[in-house]
Amino acid sequence: MSKASKIAFLNPLSKENPVIVQVLGICSALAVTTKLEPAFVMTLSVVAVLALSNVIISLIRKTIPTSIRIIVQLVVVAALVVMVDQVLKAYNYEVSKQLSVFIGLIITNCILMGRLEAFALNNGPWLSFLDGVGNGLGYGMILVIVAFFRELLGSGTLFGYQVVPDSWYEMGYMNNGMMILPPMALITVACIIWVHRSRNKELQEK
Amino acid sequence: MEDLNLFIRSIFIDNMIFAYFLGMCSFLAVSKNVKTSFGLGIAVLFVLIVSLPITWALNEYVLQPGALSWLGPEYASTDLSFLGLIMFIAVIAALVQIIEMVVEKYAPSLYNSLGIFLPLIAVNCAILGAVLFMQQRDFDSAWTATVYGAGSGIGWLLAITCIAAIREKLEYSDVPAPLKGIGITFIITGLMGIAFMSFLGIKL
Repeated sequence: MSKASKIAFLNPLSKENPVIVQVLGICSALAVTTKLEPAFVMTLSVVAVLALSNVIISLIRKTIPTSIRIIVQLVVVAALVVMVDQVLKAYNYEVSKQLSVFIGLIITNCILMGRLEAFALNNGPWLSFLDGVGNGLGYGMILVIVAFFRELLGSGTLFGYQVVPDSWYEMGYMNNGMMILPPMALITVACIIWVHRSRNKELQEK
Repeated sequence: MEDLNLFIRSIFIDNMIFAYFLGMCSFLAVSKNVKTSFGLGIAVLFVLIVSLPITWALNEYVLQPGALSWLGPEYASTDLSFLGLIMFIAVIAALVQIIEMVVEKYAPSLYNSLGIFLPLIAVNCAILGAVLFMQQRDFDSAWTATVYGAGSGIGWLLAITCIAAIREKLEYSDVPAPLKGIGITFIITGLMGIAFMSFLGIKL
């Protein structure tokens, strides 16, 4: 892999993570993280939409007039999201029910607009593809970490399988119902930011 | 009465930010001072009130399965619901554009105070989110949809103004270095969310 493609792919995973550093796409990142399974499906959907829309926009970047580029981007993204939505409804109806409106909201996910504007409009298709996959994975990483803690502490399960042994419950261990409620998602993300920024001092705000 | 209940619920209990995290991106980016936050909040409220009845009509008379039957019996079995997302986002984007032009012409002072926020609202998830929830909940009249839009908008306005006020005060506090800026904002939003949950179960 050349240096440029390495940067495009690896930077979004930590140093320029879309969620905790660029603070994009928070809406869906928090809402789908009560369980691991929807978080995982959401990650896959975002990676697919982001990579494909990056490639498409990068291929037609020289023919789009600048004045209408936002509309063009919205239409491309919306078409891709509709496809993902239909595929999910066909093959995994349960999860698509759980994700409810949040698949549709990928259209207005700021990560997409941000990457299309900042990267795909100025770079070739292969680099844009890597950038899309990298950002999608960086986003998904945070989602999966948050969902892991919330499902483990909130329901004592992982991917729907019980991992906290029954004997613990008999000894008086209780699931922490707080973790399932929306506010705890915010606080979990804040803890991730805390750990991440104390390891990467250059990211701290003064 | 029913509508009043929905109105109060959508402000406090189903609050766009604290219960569904919708519109978080602009919420976090803009909430640095009260004045701009209030301006953005008003703009969102405005767009929500206008766009919900229009998308409701679109959903009722074009998109739902069998909605086209007013064109004639041969259309009774048409189902265009898969086009929903594209239609909604196009309508919202167009509406924002029209509202921007009208406001610029007839209320230049409001236009200047809203500034760049108006065009950005097209990609604010709170708007598309409210429209999708409206579709999911199947409201039975355009009026109910408008009430829901107004409630969600006021809830959003309330949330962003409060957080901006807290962040202004926070400038003078001694926050751990890695949490400064975005981290502490997340925690405060979480705590406010817990506070708002005490409204849970209120019924009028």
